This record gives sequence, C-alpha cells and structure tokens, in this order.
Amino acid sequence: MSWVKNTLSSSVGRKFAMALSALFLMIFLLQHFTINISSVMSEEVFNNWSHFMGTNPIVQFALQPILIFGVIYHFVMGFVLEAQNRSARDVKYAMNKGGANSSWFSRNMIWSGLVILAFLGLHFYDFWVPEMVYKYVEFKPEDPNRYYEELVHKFEDPLRVGFYSVSFVLLSMHLLHGFQSAFQSVGARNSKYTPIIKKLGNIYAIAIPAGFVFIALYHHFTSH
Amino acid sequence: MSASKALNLTLKVWRQKNQEDKGKMDTYQVSDISPDSSFLEMMDILNEQLIEEGTEPVAFDHDCREGICGSCSMYINGEAHGPGRSITTCQLHMREFKDGDTIFIEPWRAKAFPVIKDLVVDRTAFDKIMAAGGFVSVNTSGNTQDANAIPIEKSHADQAFDAASCIGCGACVASCKNASAMLFVSAKVSQLALLPQGQVEAKERVKNMVKVMDEEGFGNCSNTGACEVECPKGISIENIARMNREYLSASLKTEDA
Repeated sequence: MSWVKNTLSSSVGRKFAMALSALFLMIFLLQHFTINISSVMSEEVFNNWSHFMGTNPIVQFALQPILIFGVIYHFVMGFVLEAQNRSARDVKYAMNKGGANSSWFSRNMIWSGLVILAFLGLHFYDFWVPEMVYKYVEFKPEDPNRYYEELVHKFEDPLRVGFYSVSFVLLSMHLLHGFQSAFQSVGARNSKYTPIIKKLGNIYAIAIPAGFVFIALYHHFTSH
Repeated sequence: MSASKALNLTLKVWRQKNQEDKGKMDTYQVSDISPDSSFLEMMDILNEQLIEEGTEPVAFDHDCREGICGSCSMYINGEAHGPGRSITTCQLHMREFKDGDTIFIEPWRAKAFPVIKDLVVDRTAFDKIMAAGGFVSVNTSGNTQDANAIPIEKSHADQAFDAASCIGCGACVASCKNASAMLFVSAKVSQLALLPQGQVEAKERVKNMVKVMDEEGFGNCSNTGACEVECPKGISIENIARMNREYLSASLKTEDA
C-alpha cells in the first residue's frame, strides 16, 4: 500500500485529497442547509428531519464520523499546505501585485478558512457538543420536538447572529474560489464543462451562505 | 510617428553580490530614456552609467531578446516580466511607463530558484525536472515516417503545440504565491502525453517529474491562476488539470510503488 502513501504525500495527491474533502463538505453543507431552511417554513418538518438525523444509526455512527474526519482533514491539510507553500518562498518580494493576476479570495483561502474554523468552534459549542452530551453522556430521553426550540433560542443573541453572519460572508469568499478549485484539483476541467462548473460554483457560493444568514436573521427577528 | 517624451525614472533594483550575500534594494536614477527602447536596453543604459561611475553593473539574464529563449527573468513592479501580457521582459517597452515613475526590479523569488547574483537566479531545478522525464526515449529522427501514418486528432495536436510553446522562463513560479512549478511541469507533461510518441512513457514520466518537482522545494498549486496570466506564452492551467489526471491515473495503474 506504499503507493497510496506516496500518492497522497505528493503535491498533486495532497491537493487531490484536499479537493475530495472539499467536495464532500460542500455536499454536506447543501444537506445541512436544506434541513435548516425547513425551519423557516415549518417547525414540524424541521423537527422531523432533525430527529431523523439525530437518531438514525447510519447518520450517527457511519456518516457523522466520516464528516468529522473530513472536517479535521480539510483543516489540518489546509495548514500543512500553507506551511509548505510559505516555505517555498523564503525571501518575499519588495513589491508584489497579486491583484494583477488573481482574485483576493484565491490568495487568502487560509484567512477565510481560519474565520470558518473559529465559527465552527462556536457552532460545535452551540449545537454539536450539547447534542452529544444530551444523547451520549446524560442519556436523556429523546424528545422529537426539542430541536426547533433549541435552534430559535440560539439566535436570540444579536452578537451570535452577527458573528454567524460575518462568518458566512467569509465562507462565501472561501467557496467562490474553493468550489471551482476543487474540480481543477481532481483534474475535472475542459472547455465545455468548466464554464458551467464556475457558474454553478458562484451560485452555490453566494446562495448557500446567504441562505444561512437569512435563517439566522429570520429566527432572530421573529422569535420574540 | 512623432517622438514621445523621454523618460526620467527612479529604479529600485535588487543588488546581491553572490548566493551567500543577504542582498538589498538599491536606488538609481536614469534619465532621457526613449519610450521606444526595450526594458533590457534601459537596463543596458543603467549599466553603462554604473560602469562610468565605477560601480559594479547589475547582473541580469538575457540572450535572444526576442521572446523565445526564456532567459530574461525580472520581476518588475510586482509582476513577472512586468506589466503587459504574453510578453517576456525583453519584449517589454519603456512606453509602458510614465515619466517620473519608480520601477521595482527584483529577481524571481523561490527557494528552488536561489539568487546567484543581483537579478540572476539559478533555474537548474527546471533542468532536473526535465531530466527526470521531459523527453521521449525512442529515437524519432533519422528515419522519418510518413506524417499521416499515425493519425492524430487535430485538437490534441493543437493542445500539444500550445503546451510545447513553454520557454521555461519560470514566470509561473515567480508569480505563484506558493512558488509552485505546476504550470511549467504540466506543460512539459502535456506536450508529450497528448502525442503518440510520448504516450508510451507517459505514466512513468509524470510520476518522475512530479517527484523531482516536489523534491526541489516548489510549492503546491492553489489554483489562483496567476501563472497563466503572467505566462509570456499564455500556457493554460488546463495543462495543470491534465497533469493532475495523468498523475492520479498513473499512480493507480502502474504496478510499482
């Protein structure tokens, strides 16, 4: 199996693995958004979906560990690549016009990524950790109707809503480059499909984070 | 055409005695520069001025001065080969600048391209990558076959020719925020992988070239696209995607580790 190790430790292989984890996380984000947006339309539908996701053994014990691995891998590899890339230029330019040939988003993935990491820290503290404690530490009885109230309660604090919103703007920037970049890294590029991938990427990168911001604002202003 | 106004310029030039020297930016004034002179001619004028003053002239790479050899390698005002697209430094003209401008002139910056002196960098790392597989082993000369004996799809021939126009100047490495050599290596991989003569060794070639590229200390590709914008030959990052495919498929299909 040394060929797997060799491939994944090469520059091309690392970017391939980075892109695969990114594509997986983008599919997850779409699914997360689909469930969350249902909270705006119907309390009952949101509770049903959340209950299913929170209690289904395949989701909990197969998909959730894969997701956690995907998240950790994406961040750790992001830092590893950044460290390698920084060391590849030991002396910086006295004058460098990055904006003349590339987008700000593409050059600053590490910074948008770090904001998203900070957001995830808060997000896990807000939802995931209490959820794990509720189910697997305190073994409280499952209440299929608790999810909506928990969600709405979190969005009462304007500071949290503000931080969530700013984070989603950074997520949008990350995705504006990341979506199409992931396809490039796995080698999926040609003159016929790439323009479509780029357009889809722009739609995804703006619509999904904007949708999440809308959900946060909606609950903030309607829950009182 | 009426003569344009001559330029008076401030030059901030990287000076470094040798590989061990720390180096620094020095400031020089040049005057009466014709807008029609090339950038390298302006550097020649500066050097004549420095020699007259008894100062060591600025060392810089140059050879053909017509954009095909890939020797000239200056990072001018924050861009490889300066402002302007699809040109090398020798094809850059002083009309791109205004009277009174300050121009920053630096060497390519990459750990894999150490500065030898002033603006001259050691690009041996590219030669090492080429030696790892950037060729076809079969003898293709001496007994030339009929050109139509092996049919080649027109689009493949065109893409191979486009990739083969890479002159190996290193502007891609210099422009990349990660000092990555992916555009250069992918152009060399592509020009051979697209044609029948090169396909025989394609799998070993891409693996070996990527291996040496990584060993030489170039960075990873962040797909910013800066390299293709600054490339004097307009090599597309489509080649990088092709190299990724070639590399991944070679890793899966070859039997050795």
